[in-house]
Amino acid sequence: MLEVRGLETAYGSIRAIKGIDLAVPEGRIVCIIGANGAGKTTLLKTISGLLRPAAGTVTFLGEDITALSPAQLVRRGIVLVPEGRAILSRMTVLENLEMGAYQRRDGRVREDIEATMERFPVLKERRNLAGGSLSGGEQQMLAIGRALLAKPNLLLLDEPSLGLAPLIVSRVFRIIREINREGMTVLLVEQNVRQALKVSDYAYVLETGKIVHEGPSPELLDDPKIKESYLGGRRP
Amino acid sequence: MFAEQLINGITLGSIYAIVALGYTLVFGVLDIINMAHGEIFMFGAFIGMVIVTKMNAPLAAAFAGAVLVTAALGYLLERVALRPLRGRTGVSHLAPLISTIGVSILLENLAHHIFGAGNQLFETPFAEIRFTIGSTTVYLVQVVILAVSVVLMGGLSLWLARTRSGKGLRATAESLETAELLGVDTKRIITATVVIASAMGGIAGVLVGMAFNYINNQIGLSMGLKGLAIIIFGGMGSVAGAMAGGLILGLSETFVVAYGSSGYRDAIAFLTIIVVLLLRPQGLFGRAAPEARR
Ligand SMILES: Nc1ncnc2c1ncn2[C@@H]1O[C@H](COP(=O)(O)OP(=O)(O)OP(=O)(O)O)[C@@H](O)[C@H]1O
Ligand SMILES: [Mg+2]
Repeated sequence: MLEVRGLETAYGSIRAIKGIDLAVPEGRIVCIIGANGAGKTTLLKTISGLLRPAAGTVTFLGEDITALSPAQLVRRGIVLVPEGRAILSRMTVLENLEMGAYQRRDGRVREDIEATMERFPVLKERRNLAGGSLSGGEQQMLAIGRALLAKPNLLLLDEPSLGLAPLIVSRVFRIIREINREGMTVLLVEQNVRQALKVSDYAYVLETGKIVHEGPSPELLDDPKIKESYLGGRRP
Repeated sequence: MFAEQLINGITLGSIYAIVALGYTLVFGVLDIINMAHGEIFMFGAFIGMVIVTKMNAPLAAAFAGAVLVTAALGYLLERVALRPLRGRTGVSHLAPLISTIGVSILLENLAHHIFGAGNQLFETPFAEIRFTIGSTTVYLVQVVILAVSVVLMGGLSLWLARTRSGKGLRATAESLETAELLGVDTKRIITATVVIASAMGGIAGVLVGMAFNYINNQIGLSMGLKGLAIIIFGGMGSVAGAMAGGLILGLSETFVVAYGSSGYRDAIAFLTIIVVLLLRPQGLFGRAAPEARR
């Protein structure tokens, strides 16, 4: 569904990602794991149109989408939930959800917002409160609910478990599995490697802007090298 | 006497509020102070003057003409002076400010050439019509100014609160990047904001002509400074703050002149603002920490 070829993005003279190839097949959860500063956010920002790549291409459903703006990509069904969730803190919870459906012109937005609030009851309770007043976990529910209201074909998630309590983290991963079962394709960036490998079908390991390892997630979960450097094994 | 002063103050204050709204809207989405806003406002006043005084056309035509010209000026300002500087690496964050100062000087010179210097009569067709209720005299002009202001402020508030594009504007004001990720065409929102803010300045220009009966090419500067003071006072980027701040400034100016001395008019008004800012540095409706600004 999504194919990335030779993607390079730089901030001035700092090359944050250096020639990345990856593929996300339809209906799957693909994850990218890597340490702080590996270039995970840069990769997702480039795919979603916030950053312009210096080289390489991104194709989605056979169409070259490399030069498109975020708004054009939302229209084509690619939605990013950015690192830190990006809740509109001055707008209400309900308005945040409405903004998720900003591009939609069909008449089913109201019903879908209702359904989203049924799925995340805490959002219904807080619908008229400012987005900024929610807790981190609630904001993550709002961010995912808001992204789904755009009716994407591909959901990009940048560290959805970041800064959340363990109980909420499991909840977030459960939701990811759930929406995938409902047919959503997901590209997930995580530092919670164990959970990410458990939930995903295929994984890429990113180190200093390059993919150094890839494979089906269950295999990576058993890989002694991955175990050692990412799953809390013996550290060098 | 008191009731008349109150009406005068509210009339003046609502004009100030509309000028301040123009600043606050642009500041909200672009994080810059549009130093050309005062001169765009002045152009609105001159276009209105030409239409009612020189062409003897009805007031509605003056509003329409002022809105058209100032909206076009706003569009040009955004396309020529602001957009080319945006999102470029190496451009100082002061560059757009300087660029709007350049446009303001250009517009002031242009107004001087086209409309001349000195005071120019602004002849509102129904300037003499007034009603007396008890001992209070109210001019029809004041009623029209108030009505236009209320409709404008109410319309703007409703638009921002209820409509899709209004929410898109608020999202853009809060975070450009988030708005883009949600599918908002932020370029269009920014252009629309500068155009709407400028057109509101144009309407305010006609209202000032109606209120004072004369205009000159210095009103852009003086009104611009007041608009700026109001948004600092009301809270940068706050719509409610611009409205409340405008009314407070209009009322305090009017009462200082009525019960004090006209010589202290501007001084007292600005003194009020300084005192409020000492007590509440973020302004009346401002947010305490600039957390949302990145
Ligand atoms: N705006 C920027 N300007 C300059 N350098 C940047 C910028 N953003 C990121 N970088 C650099 O690019 C590299 C990759 O950063 P990126 O944010 O993509 O990493 P990440 O894998 O998402 O890290 P984290 O796990 O901390 O979120 C880092 O070396 C970082 O310092
Ligand atoms: Mg990151």
